[in-house]
Amino acid sequence: MQDFSTAFSLAFSLIFNADADLIEIIGLSLSVSFSAVFFSVAVGFPLGAVTAVVRFPGRQVLAVTLNALMGLPPVVVGLLVYLVISRAGPLGWMNLLYSPTAMIIAQSILITPIIAALTRQIIEDLHKEYDEQLRSFCLPESRIVMTLIWDARYSLITVVLAGFGRAIAEVGAVIVVGGNIDHLTRVMTTAIALETSKGDLSLALALGIILLILALSINAAAYILRNSAHRSAHT
Amino acid sequence: MQLLIFCATVRIVQPILDIMIKFKSSMQPLSLLPLVVQNLSYKVNEKLLLDNINATVNSTGVSVVLGANGAGKSLFVRLLHGLLPSEQQTIKWNDQVLDLVIRKRQALVFQKPILLKRSVSANIEFVLSKSILKPRTSDLIQQRDAVLHEAGLFDQRNQPARLLSGGEQQRLALARALATKPEVLLLDEPTASLDAATTFQIETRLELARDKGVKIFLVTHDIAQARRLADDVMFMHGGRLIEHSVSNEFFNHPSSEPAKAYLEGRLLF
Repeated sequence: MQDFSTAFSLAFSLIFNADADLIEIIGLSLSVSFSAVFFSVAVGFPLGAVTAVVRFPGRQVLAVTLNALMGLPPVVVGLLVYLVISRAGPLGWMNLLYSPTAMIIAQSILITPIIAALTRQIIEDLHKEYDEQLRSFCLPESRIVMTLIWDARYSLITVVLAGFGRAIAEVGAVIVVGGNIDHLTRVMTTAIALETSKGDLSLALALGIILLILALSINAAAYILRNSAHRSAHT
Repeated sequence: MQLLIFCATVRIVQPILDIMIKFKSSMQPLSLLPLVVQNLSYKVNEKLLLDNINATVNSTGVSVVLGANGAGKSLFVRLLHGLLPSEQQTIKWNDQVLDLVIRKRQALVFQKPILLKRSVSANIEFVLSKSILKPRTSDLIQQRDAVLHEAGLFDQRNQPARLLSGGEQQRLALARALATKPEVLLLDEPTASLDAATTFQIETRLELARDKGVKIFLVTHDIAQARRLADDVMFMHGGRLIEHSVSNEFFNHPSSEPAKAYLEGRLLF
């Protein structure tokens, strides 16, 4: 119990004093995860929508693969990315190891299947509803895909959130490719892991509380956005 | 002097323009009629839902496809529009088999309107603009507003389409279909779940379109509606086209037993 009360007071003092290190860690966490979500959405939305709409050979296999990849273990993704970007790896010359870019790559690989698979499900449902009308309009498939993504936009917010939640909370991939280097690649989850192993439980807990508050407020914001969209009834 | 040059230019340019206009009008595609349906059948899981339908429709105006539920009416118009695959050569519009070019000259209104999850005006814009990437031109906005005025939905233009009442939704669906300037308009029971006032609005709109030369195929099970609108009636029963005749003849002297029974209000199975 002692730990909890110390942790809370420490967390709030860190926040209210706008501790520079803390701000840096939060900033890096957010920028890495936001970037990863951005790239994953750029790939995952069209990939999911195309898998839902366009009939091509291997479509079912792709759908099953995307579903299966939703459960990718972060450490394994970290290891694979590590192998590719480490000095001896094929992309070693790019000097990406232990950089925020490496972390973004790892997180993108981790959450793109999540975003694509969930998008496929949502777009498929909407497509069932729109199918006859869109075919009656004789639209090219590219426009059908774009129409469906646009009209499902409020449901897709939840997909983005699921991806973001996974990215910001995962530790395995970023610690392997980022290395948890202070002032360079230290994010909230790796910092928590480090402080816990050092035995500084209250600092770890304080960081954990902040992480929870962040996740909660981002979810709340998205929830409000979605609900207001429902009220203005693009239902 | 300037006036002289202007006049001279006009005299030279005018004939060229005339020729261009004539050329363009001669490039106008031929009408989609006659529609010839030959030996059209449709099976789902070995169950015959449409059985060897043969028909020729050459008249403009409104062709009503009449019949009870399950007669195959909806299936028939979907096949005419190419929403479902039909065997080659079974459906010909003006001697051409159904392809994308022909389908683009048609529009279909469904029994339950399928509106996009957007505002009323965005639903109209969707069919008016060829691409979502192009900015909206003032021309497009003008066209859109004209369509909305005609449909009596201008005041609701900013509302989400799916929050309109059932009748307004169907009016919007019809306005959107007409905004594509179809030569053939197919309607699948468009007023089946609407009240008399809305049905009247929809029918008035259809009559207007018909008078402008749009060929209409209207699926209905409502005998009174068929009497009001039909120029010719295609009566379907049990997946077969039982009777096809001009409206007067059909209603006054139906030749088949199922049609007689249907018109007398007896229950048909």
